[in-house]
Amino acid sequence: MATPKEMMSTWDKIQFGAILPSFENPEKKLKSKFNSFNYKVADWRVEKPVFNRELCIDCDFCWVSCPDSCFLVEEVENKRGKKQAKIVGINYDLCKGCGVCVDVCPTPIKSLLMFPEFTEIDEALNQWPTKDNK
Amino acid sequence: MKNIGNLKEFACTPDRFQGGHRLCPGCAHGMIVREVVNATEDDLVISTATGCLEVCTAIYPYTSWDVSWLHIGFENAAAGISGAEAMYKALSRKNRSYNEDKKVKFVAFGGDGGTYDIGFQSLSGATERGHDFLYVCLDNEGYMNTGGQRSSSTPIGAHTTTSPRGRVSYGEKNRKKDLTMIMAAHGCPYVATAVPGSKHWKDLAQKAAKALSTVGPTFINALSPCTTEWKFKPQDTVEIADLAVETCMFPLYEIEDGHKLTITYKPKQKLPVEEYLSRQGRFSHLFKPENSWVIEEIQKEVDRYWEYLQRKEEAGV
Ligand SMILES: Cc1ncc(C[n+]2csc(CCOP(=O)(O)OP(=O)(O)O)c2C)c(N)n1
Ligand code: SF4
Ligand code: SF4
Ligand code: SF4
Ligand SMILES: [Mg+2]
Repeated sequence: MATPKEMMSTWDKIQFGAILPSFENPEKKLKSKFNSFNYKVADWRVEKPVFNRELCIDCDFCWVSCPDSCFLVEEVENKRGKKQAKIVGINYDLCKGCGVCVDVCPTPIKSLLMFPEFTEIDEALNQWPTKDNK
Repeated sequence: MKNIGNLKEFACTPDRFQGGHRLCPGCAHGMIVREVVNATEDDLVISTATGCLEVCTAIYPYTSWDVSWLHIGFENAAAGISGAEAMYKALSRKNRSYNEDKKVKFVAFGGDGGTYDIGFQSLSGATERGHDFLYVCLDNEGYMNTGGQRSSSTPIGAHTTTSPRGRVSYGEKNRKKDLTMIMAAHGCPYVATAVPGSKHWKDLAQKAAKALSTVGPTFINALSPCTTEWKFKPQDTVEIADLAVETCMFPLYEIEDGHKLTITYKPKQKLPVEEYLSRQGRFSHLFKPENSWVIEEIQKEVDRYWEYLQRKEEAGV
């Protein structure tokens, strides 16, 4: 089968009645090339959210509010042995820079902040506001 | 029924709705859909009416849906899903279902244009026939995919391209159709209203889980703040949704068996409607002195409706 790029090069490449499988292997959840997960919308952004793991309390407000399924989650066990989600990062291929996650983040000093797209992550973390300088 | 515990647990759900779609940054459609499809572990078959959601999540040759998904016309999401459900039932009867042990759930998504207006006949029909499905209306109060025309869901005073504000016009003149109550009047076993975002995430997820585990036609009307046409900054989507609830412009409730109403969230102190209206460009003209009476009318209607809901809840009839 043609690649997604070839399939949309000209109108006559569109296959009538096409079925687009989201998975190459549904059992193993291996996503196919047709899954929009593999499409990049990063160039929509002018600003990007930067995540500060040090301040995060894993409330997961950002995860549930992100319209673009960007938050990377690791399943961990809490002290009582119950599973819970730990936020480990942001998928910058899928993030459109809407800023909703920053808006909903509840920590006194936000654990997510918007920075100009070109700012390096380390640079952003170094500029993070402190208690006396919010 | 999936147990919706705390958010830390819910966030372990592997997403069944993927990013890389082309909805506007901050679009509430994505938030609502993610929650609904993540609120069950059963297999899903979904139909989606034409509108922003359908157009943006199935741009050929990509799909954002990790579940079986069918694009259908603007007017027949409910007809499409009833057909799929009827076929599944028929095949199961003949023991030819593709998987016997796992339950399959049927869901239709439509915009307010595709639900309140053009798709209403197919929704009403599917409901009356009693198909086993959940219909979710993504209510952004206008035909947004085609540039923001009014629908029968557009609230009084809102500016749209077909209810424009101007020297002699204060925007939309007709009241918002009360579709949730109309669906309850069909005798649906379960109907509810919901909003996206972190404050009311559990309200939405629980309603979705409950609707999905209810046999028969169920309906959720989800307010979907539209950054592009309501004219607010993309990062404010969740705040706007929360304000709709706190001002009682969009109260959260559910109705079982067509009559038993429960208000699922009561604001501690009801905020004045201005708090909601003033945050959106589509209402900015209402703050001119000559239009102040419109805001008063909106407030009166909101107060009346809130009173009505509380009385109905108390009466339990
Ligand atoms: C029969 C028909 N008429 C008109 C259209 C054009 N059309 C496509 S999307 C749309 C508006 C959809 O509005 P709504 O259902 O509210 O969804 P939204 O885009 O606001 O989410 C219209 C009018 C169409 N696709 N089919
Ligand atoms: S900026 Fe928007 S798209 Fe990007 S991670 Fe935050 S909520 Fe998601
Ligand atoms: S909203 Fe903020 S504190 Fe909560 S999980 Fe996300 S980054 Fe962490
Ligand atoms: S126009 Fe509105 S509803 Fe449509 S994608 Fe944009 S924000 Fe979402
Ligand atoms: Mg709409």
